[in-house]
Amino acid sequence: MTEPILEMKNVVKYYGDTAVLNGISFSVFRGETKIIIGASGSGKSTILKLIMGLDKPDAGRIFVEGEDITKFNERQLVSVRQKIGMVFQESALFDSLPVRENVAYRLYELGVDEDEIDAKVRQSLGFVGLEEAIDKMPAELSGGMKRRVALARALIGEPEIMLYDEPTAGLDPVTSKKINELIITLRDIKSVTGVFVTHRMRDAFTLATEYATNGGRQISFHTEDNFLCIANTRFLMLRDGAIIFEGPDEVLRRSKDEYIKRFLA
Amino acid sequence: MTKMPVSPKAAVKEVQDVSSLAAKAFASMFRRPFYVRDILTQMDIVGVGSLTVVMLTGFFTGAVLTLQSSKTLTTFGAVAFTGQLVAVSLVRELGPVLTSLMIAGRVGSGIASELGSMLVTEQINAMRALGTDPIKKLVVPRLLATTSMLPVATVMADAMGIIGGLFTSVFVLRISANLYLARAWNGLSYMDLFGGLLKPIVFGATVAIVSCHCGLRTYGGTQGVGRSTTQAVVVSSILIIIFNLFLTRLILVYTR
Repeated sequence: MTEPILEMKNVVKYYGDTAVLNGISFSVFRGETKIIIGASGSGKSTILKLIMGLDKPDAGRIFVEGEDITKFNERQLVSVRQKIGMVFQESALFDSLPVRENVAYRLYELGVDEDEIDAKVRQSLGFVGLEEAIDKMPAELSGGMKRRVALARALIGEPEIMLYDEPTAGLDPVTSKKINELIITLRDIKSVTGVFVTHRMRDAFTLATEYATNGGRQISFHTEDNFLCIANTRFLMLRDGAIIFEGPDEVLRRSKDEYIKRFLA
Repeated sequence: MTKMPVSPKAAVKEVQDVSSLAAKAFASMFRRPFYVRDILTQMDIVGVGSLTVVMLTGFFTGAVLTLQSSKTLTTFGAVAFTGQLVAVSLVRELGPVLTSLMIAGRVGSGIASELGSMLVTEQINAMRALGTDPIKKLVVPRLLATTSMLPVATVMADAMGIIGGLFTSVFVLRISANLYLARAWNGLSYMDLFGGLLKPIVFGATVAIVSCHCGLRTYGGTQGVGRSTTQAVVVSSILIIIFNLFLTRLILVYTR
């Protein structure tokens, strides 16, 4: 059996006296996208921070590519973080740096050659459709553009795993769709493993029901039907720091649990 | 209102956190990568950016000190020693302390608000996620900039203070410029200069570490940024005044 690329085992996290995560265990396999849903404060974003090593669990263990990163210090985490890209809730772009330097940040840190940086930045911005914004400052960008630049920044190091912390929160439906399509492209065309945190069910179901195909020059998007069912995207639902559902969207929609039914309504 | 640590436990924790940050920053100074561009930018902000305020403070402090001391000196028939009194007071005490307080207000608040804003908008987490140590990237350049630029700013303030005193002596007290400058020059010893430059190095490190600490433990959104900024200035200023007493005592013991 294949080893999971990400794994949490009985993770507990307290903030003050409140248990934000209470014995969370789940696995994400290579190429899979895990959609974590739940109400605000249910611990969704905390899971991403723990995977990235930005916070430490109070109990339990976290594995990335089979390696236990739970006790890693900041210096040991650098190599782990090179495998992971993260899109933060409010983009978290460095507001004193132009788009070019924001996107190239990781490469500057690694001491990559200037010409190579320029080519990679243009490629990354081209993927999110924002090549023309290369010299703009973050303050000059709209909310949707900021999220796309944040996505380009996370992708520059060609990570194997992407963490998305509510990347569509506060965006209009058209911009949300554009971001969802980029995430679907990463999953289906580039086989990037993902953990997608949201409380917007519309976006979650878009990810679970749409897929991308590469027709050579153009990527096209389709919706699953009776003949094709997306198997690489699964849901995980949190309530008060505990997992109350794990499985595909079809099972989630048919759930008899009152809380889940209310949440999906 | 500024929330200060009230319980002894909280106070000890605060001291422990500040000391830990200082130790980490000091250890990071000698590890690659070295952010030279960030260090130079911070030196420009702290040094060049504070020059006007520091020079004005020095000039008017020297002028006022001359006016205030002249009355007492006249009583003893020692008005000719005005230059010496002004120079020694400025170089030993007023220059380092006032310059450090001005920079604590101008630069310390800037550091705390900048880092606080970066923290609440998750830019610090983004930095860590992209493989950068925030202490190396943010704290070390600010620490090096304040410790190196504060002595320079102090020298400027001292010089402007002596010029301010000269101005008042010549135009108000009618003391000759030569006499004033000769007394000022002869009144200063190398140990005065040493003490006057040691203090701003210590005060500079204090302002940087305290302000970075306050910025990096900001919580509660924009309101929290304001609270951190106030704390940075208040704590830095109080520590400068307290450390000044101990440093003065230390310098006097070793230069006797």
